Amino acid sequence: MPVLELREITKVFPGVIANDRVSLALERGEIVALLGENGAGKSTLMNVAYGLLSDDGGEILVDGKPVRIRSPRDAIALGIGMVHQHFMLVAPLTVTENIILGHEPARLGIIDRPKARARVVEISAQYGLKVDPDAVVGGLSVGMQQRVEILKALYQGARILILDEPTAVLSPQEVRELFGVIRSLVTAGLSVVLITHKLDEVMGAADRVVVMRDGKVVGETTPSQTDQIGLARMMVGRDVVLSVEKGESHAGEPRLTITDLQVPGERGLEALKGVSLTVRSGEIVGIAGVDGNGQTELVEAIVGLRRPSGGSIDLKGRDITHAAPRETIHAGVSHVPEDRHRRGLVLEFDLAENLVLGDHRDAPYASHGITDAQAISETARQRIKDYDVRTPSEHVLAGALSGGNQQKLVLARELGREPGVLIAAQPTRGLDVGAIEFVHRRLLAERDSGTAILLVSMELEEVMTLSDRILVMYGGQVVAEFDSADADEERIGYYMTGGKVAGAAPAGAQPAGTPDSAPPAPPMGGAL
Amino acid sequence: MSEATKSPTVDAWWMRLLTTVGVPLLSVALAMAIGSVIIVFSGHDPIAAFSALLQGAFGGWRQIGETIMRATPLMLTGLAVGFGFRANLFNIGAEGQLILGSLGAAWLGLLLAPLPPILSIPLILIGAALFGAAWAFIPALLKAKVGAHEVITTMMFSWMALYLTSWIVSGPLADKGGIPQTPMLSGAVWLPTFDTIIPGLPPMRAHLGFLLALLVAVGVSLVLRRTTLGYEVRAVGFNPSAAQNGGISIPLTTIYALCISGALAGLAGASEVLGVTHRFFDQVSAGSGFGFTGIAVALLGKKNPVGILFAALLFGALSAGGGTMQLEADVSQKIITIVQGLIIFFVGAETIVTWFIKRRKRLALEREGATNA
Repeated sequence: MPVLELREITKVFPGVIANDRVSLALERGEIVALLGENGAGKSTLMNVAYGLLSDDGGEILVDGKPVRIRSPRDAIALGIGMVHQHFMLVAPLTVTENIILGHEPARLGIIDRPKARARVVEISAQYGLKVDPDAVVGGLSVGMQQRVEILKALYQGARILILDEPTAVLSPQEVRELFGVIRSLVTAGLSVVLITHKLDEVMGAADRVVVMRDGKVVGETTPSQTDQIGLARMMVGRDVVLSVEKGESHAGEPRLTITDLQVPGERGLEALKGVSLTVRSGEIVGIAGVDGNGQTELVEAIVGLRRPSGGSIDLKGRDITHAAPRETIHAGVSHVPEDRHRRGLVLEFDLAENLVLGDHRDAPYASHGITDAQAISETARQRIKDYDVRTPSEHVLAGALSGGNQQKLVLARELGREPGVLIAAQPTRGLDVGAIEFVHRRLLAERDSGTAILLVSMELEEVMTLSDRILVMYGGQVVAEFDSADADEERIGYYMTGGKVAGAAPAGAQPAGTPDSAPPAPPMGGAL
Repeated sequence: MSEATKSPTVDAWWMRLLTTVGVPLLSVALAMAIGSVIIVFSGHDPIAAFSALLQGAFGGWRQIGETIMRATPLMLTGLAVGFGFRANLFNIGAEGQLILGSLGAAWLGLLLAPLPPILSIPLILIGAALFGAAWAFIPALLKAKVGAHEVITTMMFSWMALYLTSWIVSGPLADKGGIPQTPMLSGAVWLPTFDTIIPGLPPMRAHLGFLLALLVAVGVSLVLRRTTLGYEVRAVGFNPSAAQNGGISIPLTTIYALCISGALAGLAGASEVLGVTHRFFDQVSAGSGFGFTGIAVALLGKKNPVGILFAALLFGALSAGGGTMQLEADVSQKIITIVQGLIIFFVGAETIVTWFIKRRKRLALEREGATNA
């Protein structure tokens, strides 16, 4: 008998059927991967099971008995726990305080701290989830915070654990550790639903795979019966190319030279502590690293959105250290921002207006302060065609496009002005497999035409696929440099976590930076 | 294009039409309905009241003239506040800029009276616009440089305008006789009323300032749609982060937008002085509060120049017809204030609702964007 069974769950949002009679059964001691692209309905389904969303039809059974789950409280009472992608922890509180939050053991209104702490230590030991119960959560690494979330679910008595995209923020080593933890949980009799869109995780960790597409379950299989290509086909509904072919790079003269760049961050801390790098024409330099190690600040400093406090940025002999965005655009720097809704597009503008943003003052789009709607439309139609943006016309609002088409729009604008240097931050974030392939091909084509490209991505695989050279950022510094030929996940991952995870330094990696650069300190002061 | 890709944009177009026209109309209807209930409770006949109101606002040329006269300054202040809204700026102090514009118009009117009207009137209008812009410039600079919120600063500048001009017309520019006002302007710089231009019209108070307001509405429309300045104002208003990334200077755009808004409010003052009062007196706008009503007009007009014109006409009609309503149906003119308040409330409620919808959408998008991070 399944511990959790969802029968014909239907969930309708205005204009969209997010779940169309979806059924899913989870057995005791089993890891089921719920695989699908963005918007396939995976998270919706699990939010229904956890009581965050109410269903519009269907039924939920726990241990064979029909149940009503109206809120997360109901779900927790039934033994269902969920770890969200964005952690819901209180940063200034300790690990123990966070875990017991909402279920504090108390006598006469006073929290029984020793008892709470003992219970946390006990659960932590039981499942091999090592964590310091007295550490302040705000100072923990992302991987550790995730453990706290899992411990919290276990503390609340979860037998069924739902993990929503748990690896999105982790380094390769942390991912491996996480899957070790999940294994030990199912061995102890728990059941796990793993929401993911990453094929290798499914192949490596799941007992069973349920594939969703457009709100429906389109197939069910096991890793032994299929391979990544087969899974991708089920997920997307057609054949896909998983990795694009990359030719030899013909790197030329240095285009972008950054020397000892320092950028202040929030709360008086330095976000960049002296970064130096060079990007030459015709090459892609990839920046690998866990989110929040200075990548955003580096990108914003280059394009002029953030003021450096020291060091210099040089563009083909021209100093652009303190240039404003308008000047960097004119100097030939294009920018694909990491957040296309916030930085990349004006969603209330139509496509044509978006396509000239940054060039809107220049000929032929404007002269003497008067815009030329004709010229703007013409260019827009051409770009929309060149970059295969699917839209009925150039006068549709950008907010009405799908994520993939919006990103194509950003690329069309940024590459359309034929930049000398392209800064691409998280260029495939949130895109489906087909759109990712398109973006990757475009970036490589751009490289081959001589553009110098700086690629920043949290997806290590993406950095490794596209880059000719790979720099690893940690704690606001470049801590290692690799040639793409001799880079492997293991060694990059070692530096991504500050060289603290895998034990001894692996052979062959070259720590970057000046000789006097000491081993970098962890960004938030610390692990355990 | 297949039906599937076409229909959402058609739907979106309908939705936009519905919210830009439907919601304001609905707000007005609801406000009238509630106003009727209040009239019934006060023991009067709402049908008689509203027909008297209509009669007073549109019953003949003279009444229409009165409606237009009262709508004219509201059109200009509505356009002023609406322009600020486009850059996501809330120019709550249009009142102060209007007062300064009025004073500027009166002063220049006294100074330039000897010139031929064809020269003096445009110069006075430009001067008054500059007075309004100047009064908005300091709040704009404070916002651009140190982020001081314009709601606070422009409001404070309104009070300063009130007392500053009160002193000026009691001292340096005072008329003889001890009343705090400037001397009467020479007829040469008055904006003529329509009955003096078009033969056959009965005497009325509507003046050429109305045409000026229409021209300004067209101008604002063109600036927003056809110029790089308008493009940048809209970009900053919709999404400052993306605008900044696109090389647009947010501080500069803020300064431009707030100063233009101030200039339009200044024009409203000039139009009143040259067209109606023919002099500046202490608290010239305090009774009617053109600047503050302009906020309501801008909201009801959905920040759209054409919508603002109609909203101003509605408010003008309510104000013009209110007197007749009180006289003929014995219903207090205060009902009009209540109806105006209700209109603003319902328009505001819609703004709040759509703001929540947008916010939820944005959060959902963020969540979706983060799913594959």
